[in-house]
Amino acid sequence: MEAITTHRGIVAPLDRANVDTDQIIPKQFLKSIARTGFGPSAFFDWRYVLTGEPNPEFELNKPRYADRSILVTRNNFGCGSSREHAVWALAQDGYKVIIAPYRGEGDDFIPGFADIFKNNCSKNGVVTIELSEAQVETIFQAVYDEEGLEATVDLENQQLTLHGEAEVTFDFEYDASVKNKLLKGLDDIEESLLFVEDIEAFEKTHATWINQ
Amino acid sequence: MAKTLFDKIWDRHVVRELPDGTSLIYIDRHLVHEVTSPQAFEGLRLTGRKVRHPELTFSTMDHNVPTDDTRLTIKDPISKAQVEALETNCKENGIHLYGIGDDHQGIVHVIGPEMGITVPGLTLVCGDSHTSTHGAFGTLAFGIGTSEVEHVLATQTLRQKKPKTFKVEFTGKLSPHVHSKDMVLKLIGMIGTAGGTGSVFEFCGEAVEALSMEARMTICNMSIEGGAKAGLIAPDQTTFDYILAEDRPFVPKGEALEKAMETWRKLPSDPDAKFDRTLTIDASKIAPQVSWGTSPGMVIDVDAPVPGLEEVPGYSAGDVQKALDYMGLEAGQKLTETPLDIVFIGSCTNSRIEDLRRAAAVLDGKKKAEHLRLMVVPGSQQVRKQAEAEGLDKVFLAAGAEWRWAGCSMCLAMNPDKLAPQERCASTSNRNFEGRQGAGGRTHLVSPEMAAAAAVAGHFVDIRTWKEGN
Repeated sequence: MEAITTHRGIVAPLDRANVDTDQIIPKQFLKSIARTGFGPSAFFDWRYVLTGEPNPEFELNKPRYADRSILVTRNNFGCGSSREHAVWALAQDGYKVIIAPYRGEGDDFIPGFADIFKNNCSKNGVVTIELSEAQVETIFQAVYDEEGLEATVDLENQQLTLHGEAEVTFDFEYDASVKNKLLKGLDDIEESLLFVEDIEAFEKTHATWINQ
Repeated sequence: MAKTLFDKIWDRHVVRELPDGTSLIYIDRHLVHEVTSPQAFEGLRLTGRKVRHPELTFSTMDHNVPTDDTRLTIKDPISKAQVEALETNCKENGIHLYGIGDDHQGIVHVIGPEMGITVPGLTLVCGDSHTSTHGAFGTLAFGIGTSEVEHVLATQTLRQKKPKTFKVEFTGKLSPHVHSKDMVLKLIGMIGTAGGTGSVFEFCGEAVEALSMEARMTICNMSIEGGAKAGLIAPDQTTFDYILAEDRPFVPKGEALEKAMETWRKLPSDPDAKFDRTLTIDASKIAPQVSWGTSPGMVIDVDAPVPGLEEVPGYSAGDVQKALDYMGLEAGQKLTETPLDIVFIGSCTNSRIEDLRRAAAVLDGKKKAEHLRLMVVPGSQQVRKQAEAEGLDKVFLAAGAEWRWAGCSMCLAMNPDKLAPQERCASTSNRNFEGRQGAGGRTHLVSPEMAAAAAVAGHFVDIRTWKEGN
C-alpha cells in the first residue's frame, strides 16, 4: 500500500446520507476477478443515464468537480454490503479522502462511516475523516460557494484545512493503529506474520471444535 | 468480573494484544464465496503465501448462480469465469467446495449451520456482510472485505479493535403471525441503519428465547442493517437440539463433543454483566412490518400510512423525498392498497425450511393473484430436498409459484433473477436499497408469511386479520 501523509486536492460534495455500497458500485461490476478497472463505474446508477451518457443532474458530474480528489458527504457513508470493490472504485476514480459527519456523543456516538467500509478504506490508503455535523455543513457551504475549493489533509497532525477565502482548519480524531499504517504504507499480512510464533503457540491449545 | 457472551468469545480468541490497541484474533471458520475471494487468492499467489488452514475454510457458490433449470450452465461469461476461478482456487489450496451441482450447494449462510460448520463459541468470518447470521448460535460472526479475506487465508487471524456491546432485549411474547423478521425490522426502524455501528448486538429476552434457530438466524442476519458488526444470541437447549438433531457432518462427535458442550453451556452472559448500551422492546406490541423506502430503517406497521417528509426519525426531509420518488409512493398512501408486481421468497434472511413452511401454510389451497409473479427460492439444495419431501413444492406450484434451485437469486440480482425498472416487489430479503434487486426496481421488505399473503391478495395485507376475499 502506498503511504499517505498529506494530501491537497479539490473537494466535491455528495449531499446524501446513508449512501450504501450498492450505490457506490452496483452488483454487475462485482463479477470481475481483477482488482482494477472499477473507477469509471463508481456511483454508476446515479452517474449515467440509461443510454450510458453521463447524467448532467448528478452533482459529481459537474465540470467544476472534474479534478476532485476529496469527497464530502453525509452520515453513515458506505453502509450495507461488505464489498471492498466500493473502495477500489472510489480510489480508482481518484478519491484519496472522504469526509462524513459523526452524530451524538458518549454511548450514543454514531460514526460517520459504516464499519466494514471504513476498515476497507484503511486497507487501500483512503483516508476517512469524521467531523461534527456543523463542521461538515461548513465544508458543504464552502464547496458550493467557491468553485475549485481545495483542502489539505495532514494526517500526521490530524488536521483538515479548507483553502477558501478565509482559511479554516479542523482537528480530527484518527485511530492510532490505522494512522500509523497509512503513514507508513504498511502491509497488514506482513505485519501479522511477524507474530507467527504466537499464532503457532495459540493453535497448540485452542480447540476449533470441528469434526474432520 | 462478570462477562458478556461477547467478552467470553473474544477472550477465548485473543492470540496477542498489540501495542496499537488492536488485538490479533484467531479465526475458527472462514466461509468463502465466488464474489469476494478471487482477488484475495490472487494476492496470495503474487506474494507466494499459502492458505494456513484449508480444513477450516469452506466454500460455495451462491451469488452468481442461476436458480432456474439452466443452473448447471452459466451463460454470462464473466459470471462463469468467476465461478471457475473459485473452483481452481479451492482445488489448488485443498479447500472444501460445495459447487454448482453439488447436493450441499447453497447460500453460504444457509449451508454453514446446515452442515454443522457453525457451532457455538466460534469466531467465523466471510467476505459477506450477512455473515452476522451465524451469531444465532452464539458465535462471533462478521463480514469482512477482500483484503481481510486474504489476511485470514494467510494467517487464520484478523487484527481487530474490540467493539462495544449493545444489548437488545425483547420482552413479552410475539402476537400470532408476527415473526423474527418483524422484530429486527422494528429494531432497525427505531435505531436507524447506523444505530449499531461499532457494536455487537446481543439479542435476548423472552421473545428471543422462544424463537427457533431458523427464526434466530433471521434476526442476527439483519444485524448489519442496523449498522452492527455482529449479532449474538446465547446458546441454549434450542441451539443444542438443532446442532445435534440431524446429521451435521462437521459437528464434533463423542468425547470432543462433550468437552465442547461444557464450554458452550458456560457461554451465556453472566447475570450482572455490563453492556455499553441497552435497549428494551416490548415484543407483544410489534405489528407486521413493511419497508416503504430505500433504507431498511424506513419501515412502518403494515396498517400505517406511508409517512410524510418530517415524520421519519433519523432521515432528513430531503432523504425521505428521494426515497418516496424512487419508490413511486406518496405520503399517506396505504401499502395495503398498492399493487405488487413480484413476490420473492428467498435469500439468506428467509429461505430456510421453516420460512418455506410458513409461506406454504398461507398459500395452501390458494392461488397467487393473476397479475403478479411469485418466486420461491430455497436457500440450499438440502432445503429444497426437505421441502419436496414435505410436499411444499406442490403447494407452491399449485399456487402458481416458480419453484427454484438454491442461490442468492433476486436478493441482489447478480444472476439472471432481477426486477425491471419500477417493478414493485414484496421481498423476504434484507436490503431495499435503490437498484438492489435490479436497476430501478422497488423493494418492500417483509416476513415470508406477509410475502405469501401479499402474493394471494396482489398487495400487502395485515396478516393478523386477513382472510382471502377480504
